[in-house]
Amino acid sequence: MTFGIVTFPGSNGDYDALRAPIEALGEHAIYLWHKDHDLQNVDVVILPGGFSYGDYLRAGAIARFSPIMREVVAHAERGGPVVAFCNGFQIACEAGLLPGALLRNASLKFVCAPISLRVERTDTLFTSGYEQGQIITLPIAHGDGRYSADDATLERLEGDGQIVFRYAPDPLQAAEAYNPNGSMRDIAGIVNAQGNVLGMMPHPERAVDPLLGPADGVALFESILNHVAV
Amino acid sequence: MSRYRVAVHVAPRRGLLDPQGKAVADALHSLGFGGVADVHVGRYLVLDVDARDETEARAETGRMCAQLLANPVTEDFEIASVSRP
Repeated sequence: MTFGIVTFPGSNGDYDALRAPIEALGEHAIYLWHKDHDLQNVDVVILPGGFSYGDYLRAGAIARFSPIMREVVAHAERGGPVVAFCNGFQIACEAGLLPGALLRNASLKFVCAPISLRVERTDTLFTSGYEQGQIITLPIAHGDGRYSADDATLERLEGDGQIVFRYAPDPLQAAEAYNPNGSMRDIAGIVNAQGNVLGMMPHPERAVDPLLGPADGVALFESILNHVAV
Repeated sequence: MSRYRVAVHVAPRRGLLDPQGKAVADALHSLGFGGVADVHVGRYLVLDVDARDETEARAETGRMCAQLLANPVTEDFEIASVSRP
């Protein structure tokens, strides 16, 4: 299986996203340049974290016009898997791959910390390696992570089971203020209606090596490997 | 074709949490401006647009707002003025 990681000007999580499938799965991963028009037959596209185009106008607003994004959208429309972490999530929302928007953290502070998440769905191609309701720890690093959408969209996400990860109290720690950015309904990650595009603010690609802390991101990559036919 | 200077306000939609606006309101209150009930922080864009007439300049700018300058999920826009530069 080959993962393709899109590098935009201002991406800074592309190397992490490239290393994760190689380290965690022993699979292949290549960079895709934002100006290219060719996905080079990769099986899975990753939109990585960072500050594409300096977050000018709004986070992700300019990146969606990169030439490669036309191919990424076509790949998603064909049912191809797309995984969007952090700035990638912002780009995916701006590009219309996912509903809603990511706004400035309610605290107005950039938050860089490990946080607890509850796995809400294990019947997606990204999360079958987790247990239903499992509490996992992943790092976040963002200033614009407050998931927002209108009520109709939120109800649709809930009803159709598109909310995959929620910020959750750590059972070992005090419960207050577990939502790090003020996201509506504690939403940390969602899939599209077809289930082939995942967007999330936390960074599973930065949690794949036990030497560096919790490796709760590994199961996400294993899920993809187990579900995506190559 | 004439050139028009179009000014656009983009602001967070009313009712959505606007932490930046709230922080500014709190700062104004601490300065003693107790009469400030609410603050919203948005963007002010000035575009020089070539168009046949003012109506076309407005319509074209409206399309730009809908497609890029404002996020239809969370922001509202308003064309504040159209003038000749």
